Order: sequence, then C-alpha cells, then structure tokens
Amino acid sequence: MYDLMIIGGGPAGLAASIYAARKRLKALLISTDIGGQVNRTMGVENYLGYQFIEGPELIDKFQAQVSQYPIDQKVGDKVSQLAKIEGGFEAITDAGNKYQSRVVIFTTGKSPRRLNIPGETEFAGKGVTYCAICDGPIFSGQKVAIVGGGNSALEATLDMVKIAEHVNLISLTPLTGDAILIEKLEEAKNLSLFTEYQSEKIEGRDFVNGIVIKDLKTGQSKRLEVTGVFIEIGLVPNSEAVKGLVELNQWGEIPINGACETKVPGLYAAGDVTDVPEKQIVVAAGEGAKAALQAHRYLQRL
Amino acid sequence: MVDKKVAVYSTPTCPWCKRTKEYLTQKGIAYIEYDVAADKARAREMIEKSKQMGVPVTIIDDQVVVGFNQQQLDKLLS
Repeated sequence: MYDLMIIGGGPAGLAASIYAARKRLKALLISTDIGGQVNRTMGVENYLGYQFIEGPELIDKFQAQVSQYPIDQKVGDKVSQLAKIEGGFEAITDAGNKYQSRVVIFTTGKSPRRLNIPGETEFAGKGVTYCAICDGPIFSGQKVAIVGGGNSALEATLDMVKIAEHVNLISLTPLTGDAILIEKLEEAKNLSLFTEYQSEKIEGRDFVNGIVIKDLKTGQSKRLEVTGVFIEIGLVPNSEAVKGLVELNQWGEIPINGACETKVPGLYAAGDVTDVPEKQIVVAAGEGAKAALQAHRYLQRL
Repeated sequence: MVDKKVAVYSTPTCPWCKRTKEYLTQKGIAYIEYDVAADKARAREMIEKSKQMGVPVTIIDDQVVVGFNQQQLDKLLS
C-alpha cells in the first residue's frame, strides 16, 4: 500500500508530487495525461518566473522537475472509481488496475463540457472539435459553426473569421463574453450570429455536413451547412470517480476547506476539480503543494 | 533502434502537436513534419489515413496515432 496516491497530472498533481516526494512519502501519481488543460494553452503570461511561456513547455519543465524524484507514475490510465477501504483508499482504473494508499490527493481538473446532442459523439474528431486552437486551421476556407457565447467561443470565432469561408456563432443565451471581444465581432463580414438558438443535432455522413439549430423565440428549426462544429461551452470538473465517496457542489466540484481537506478524512483535493475560487495554473500549483503538506501531517498523526 | 518512418501532421497553433514533437525529439526519434494548415494535400491525406480531422496525427510506418498518446507512441516506437 502506498502512503499517498495523487490522482491527476496537471499543475496541482505535479506540485503535490514534488512536495510529497520531498517529505519522503511513498507516492503514486495516476493520470490520463501530464499537463491537463495547460496542454491546450498556447501562451501563459501569468505564471511566476515566466513573462511568457507556451503551455506545453511549462508542463515539460514541471515534468522534468517531478522526474528528479522517486515517484511512481502511471500515465495513460484513468481512475474510474475511488473507494474507501480498511486503512485507506482503493482506486480502480479503466484498464482494470487497482491501487491502494493510506491517503489520496484528488487533482483531476476540468474537461471541455459536451453539448449532449445527437451526432456529437458520432462525429467527434470528424468535424466536431473541442480544441479550436488545435483543429481550427484544418477548416480554413470552409464553413463552420462555433457553439458557445463566452470568451473561449468568441476567441475561437475571431480566429476563425480570418481563415474560414463563413462562421456561424450559435449561443443559447445572449453573448456573455467580454465586451471588447463582442465589439471585435462586428468587424467580421463572414459571420452570422445566432443568439438564443439551441443546437439540436449534428449531421453528416462520414464527416460533419451540417448542424440543426432552433430559434428559441419562434421555435423554428433550421439547418446550417457546415463541415466543422467547434464546441466551446465551458468546462466540467472531472469528479465522477469520487461521486459516491464525497458530496459535490451544484457544479460537480469537490468542496474543500482552506487545508484542502474534503469531508472524507484522508481524502484531499486541489486545483480546478475543487470549489477553490479562481482556476489558474499558479493557484492550482499552490493548492497542490498545500494538499501534499497537509496530507503529510495527516499521515504523521495516524 | 529499429528504423521506422515517422510523420507528424500538425498545425502551428496546436499545443498538443508541439508536445508530440517535443516528445519525439526527446526520445531521439527523427520525423517528417507536415503543416496541414498550409498544405491542403497533406491535410486530405491525414484525414484519409486517420479517418478523422483532429491534430496531431502521428504515423509510424503505417500505424496511426491520433492526439498525443504517449503510451501508444512508446509501444509503436519500441
């Protein structure tokens, strides 16, 4: 049995790993990937020590630092369930592996929110994308739809109007992003705005060829011919694995106190998966460090 | 090391592509890089070979890896 399992390999989990290793805890890091959301971040300008650094490069530096320490790592496997057992916790993974530890730090972060409409899963990667910054350029010269009304949807729209033939921005509500971004949209000539429209269905054959949207004011549906659908409707916490173990808040986040403790003794959480105000790399790293130090204290008391 | 033909299809703005390329470089793997944002023919080729439109796509001999999948890359490169 490990002293500590750290579940999640973003900034919170990596910082926790370093602090745990320096306390000589026998620790295991389990994660679907290293870096999490930071891997999808092109530029970071507010992490202490760097005026500008690309997300993947920052993660490489974190990873290099972690690898200086004797921490076991299982990367590429996902914890599907975390349960309480005698003397600690057991994590069960998608690959069917089981790991046990006396305490756990849960740092699984957030993932892009899904629309949950027909065609979305079927055409994922076949025209449906959750990473406009990654896949956007593939759709240059084509007609696309961007779903969402917040800053990430508006930024994706502003990028795409430069390269796409036509962009349709579809938002369930009036646009909620920053005024400065909304103003910039007005300059675009190849943009159609559909606010207070619901996305109903993504259609296609081998690849996407259209999206059906409904005008919420009139109830009328219409089909837009597009080859790309960019879904930018925010993020959801990756907290399914602890659903049965600890009560989540209304957004699915894990409530913690100032010491990163959850309601379950021995279960700590840190970073974007928690209810900590402000989801930032520097905040997540700090929270991860705090959780590891608190977990160490807890182990000493046991 | 066995000589394998490795190609990475990517876009200049994609952080996961960068991570894939850095990983290959770190492992000392030589690869050809195709910018599918600029090269439409390569973009079509990528979509045909991977049956999907997301980047990065890494092709090792004739095996296709979609996204930055460290385990799959390791397996195919070993």
